[in-house]
Amino acid sequence: MSAVPRPRAWIDADRLGYGAISAAIADPIQKRGPGRAWMIAIIVAMVLSVITLIAIGAVLTVGIGLSGVNTTVVWGVSIANYVWWIGIGNAGTLISSMLLLTRQRWRASINRFAEAMTLFAAAIAGLFPIIHLGRPLYAYWLAPYPNTMDLWPQWRSALVWDFWAILSYLLFSGIFWFTGLLPDLATMRDRAGTQAGRMVYGALALGWRNSARHWGVLETFHMTMAALAVPLVCSVHSIVGLDFAASLMPGWQESLFPPYFVVGAMYSGFAMVVVLAIVVRRGLNLQAMITPAHFDAMAKVMLFASIVMSFSYATEWFMAWYGGEHADRTVVGYFFAGDYRWLYAALLACNCLVPQALWFRSVRANLWLLAAIAILINVGMWLERILIVWNTLSHGYAISLWRTYHVSLYDLVILFGPLGLFALGFLVLVRLLPIVSMHEVRQVSHAEGAA
Amino acid sequence: MSRPLLAEFETPEALVRALRLARADGHRALDAFTPFAIEEVSAAFDPPRLPVRPIMALAGFGSAAAMYALQWYSAVHAYPLNSGGRPLHSWPVFLLVPFEVGVLCAAIAGFAVMLRACSLPRLHHPLFAMPRFERASQDRFFLLVAPHGEPDPLRRTLEEAGARLVSELHE
Repeated sequence: MSAVPRPRAWIDADRLGYGAISAAIADPIQKRGPGRAWMIAIIVAMVLSVITLIAIGAVLTVGIGLSGVNTTVVWGVSIANYVWWIGIGNAGTLISSMLLLTRQRWRASINRFAEAMTLFAAAIAGLFPIIHLGRPLYAYWLAPYPNTMDLWPQWRSALVWDFWAILSYLLFSGIFWFTGLLPDLATMRDRAGTQAGRMVYGALALGWRNSARHWGVLETFHMTMAALAVPLVCSVHSIVGLDFAASLMPGWQESLFPPYFVVGAMYSGFAMVVVLAIVVRRGLNLQAMITPAHFDAMAKVMLFASIVMSFSYATEWFMAWYGGEHADRTVVGYFFAGDYRWLYAALLACNCLVPQALWFRSVRANLWLLAAIAILINVGMWLERILIVWNTLSHGYAISLWRTYHVSLYDLVILFGPLGLFALGFLVLVRLLPIVSMHEVRQVSHAEGAA
Repeated sequence: MSRPLLAEFETPEALVRALRLARADGHRALDAFTPFAIEEVSAAFDPPRLPVRPIMALAGFGSAAAMYALQWYSAVHAYPLNSGGRPLHSWPVFLLVPFEVGVLCAAIAGFAVMLRACSLPRLHHPLFAMPRFERASQDRFFLLVAPHGEPDPLRRTLEEAGARLVSELHE
């Protein structure tokens, strides 16, 4: 893994025929068993998921008093988690569609699981506002529907914006993902060794025949979806940013918030894709398809995002000073010297300092280092989401209301547990569907002359 | 009337060569089946009758307008609520939801048009019964041509272009 990546080597094999590509991606699912590592991973993920569901069930039935929220810090881990997960969820579709629009062929190896990551993460993100709702059984009041009370949703409320943003985004991402998957489902149908496999994949493939006309329509539709996805993704995370910016709290009421949230989403999402790519590559033996050049490209994107994030933090500090508002200045002082100062220091180290190592080619080529940096970036982004909530709410305008947040056991489970739900979804997916887009890799290998 | 011939090729280049030769001889190329999108091949056949993008645009803008109208009606007429002296018709924040809904409806409409234009879902098709056609989704390139007159000259042309197997399509 120490070799310096060759430029434009998106297929790391001298000759890999179209059949070999299909076999490399489809056979681990259809011909081989899941393997011990997969079994262990799925058991761990299941245990974690059950614990999480119990904790969520308890909070939904007893109330949000089980979490550490108090009269001042009324948003806690749930909202921070919502922002983090929707960030992870945004990245998959954003990465896939941006790379499609800019004709980056290398996306073929990573777009499928990046989009799958989006689906799971957005679905998990959608849970948190409901968990935090206090009266979750009335969540459906966010939808406009004819009712005997003649009530309508409050369209000026950030909660209603979130409802539409998450709903639209989740369904849109599902369609985008399924469209790209359709030809590969046909491959799975045609390679299936069992009657059940032929029937299930056949039904899912909807009768796809690889006709030249099919391809023409699919390409037009997919490209249009990508063009729609970029503004949609930006709007979804901007709306999350507006949840904060539309309030009247010091440190939140900043016009920087929407773009800063979008870049943060791209940053944490790319880091998550790098981690998943390393796991998938190793677990499914896809070394020829996910090459050092892919990691090099993703590392450069992370480095770029890290620099933008650092500038965003600096802008926050600068604007607090330059704006001259006393409350804003004391909040920034509180970042560095308040109750959560160690977390803030860790955030800056993870998000701004550590990723600078990616300037070095040798670091970008070392998968262990890359994995470590990507995980640290995700931790840093998590801290950022948590501290955005805690710092401001703990240190608002009224000094008599200053309180610190104390994490409860339920908070901890709700904080880390959803990783189990995410892993569970992902582990099941890699056993059922091709995790790398076969038809697009064939296209890349044709263009590169590797087939 | 002779039946169309389905020829199997190993490379996309051979398929394109055969397509050109068959057309030059006056035969009618009906369709091609390839394991990945090849722009040159897609362009060689008539586009589908349903335009994907205009219908998506119509669905997107239409649903966004409808959503805006719903917000305006509910906030101004059905349930006017004076919240902090803000205008009942708060148009800047009323743009967020129509945008999200418009994009979603465009996507759903586009998906429906795509299925319609490809005549999907169709779980059975005579082509699926053809020998080795399952390779079209893996590693082989197929060309479906309706012969002009007798099928033998076409069969020879396809074989000369590199076809490995040429078979008649049965309905």
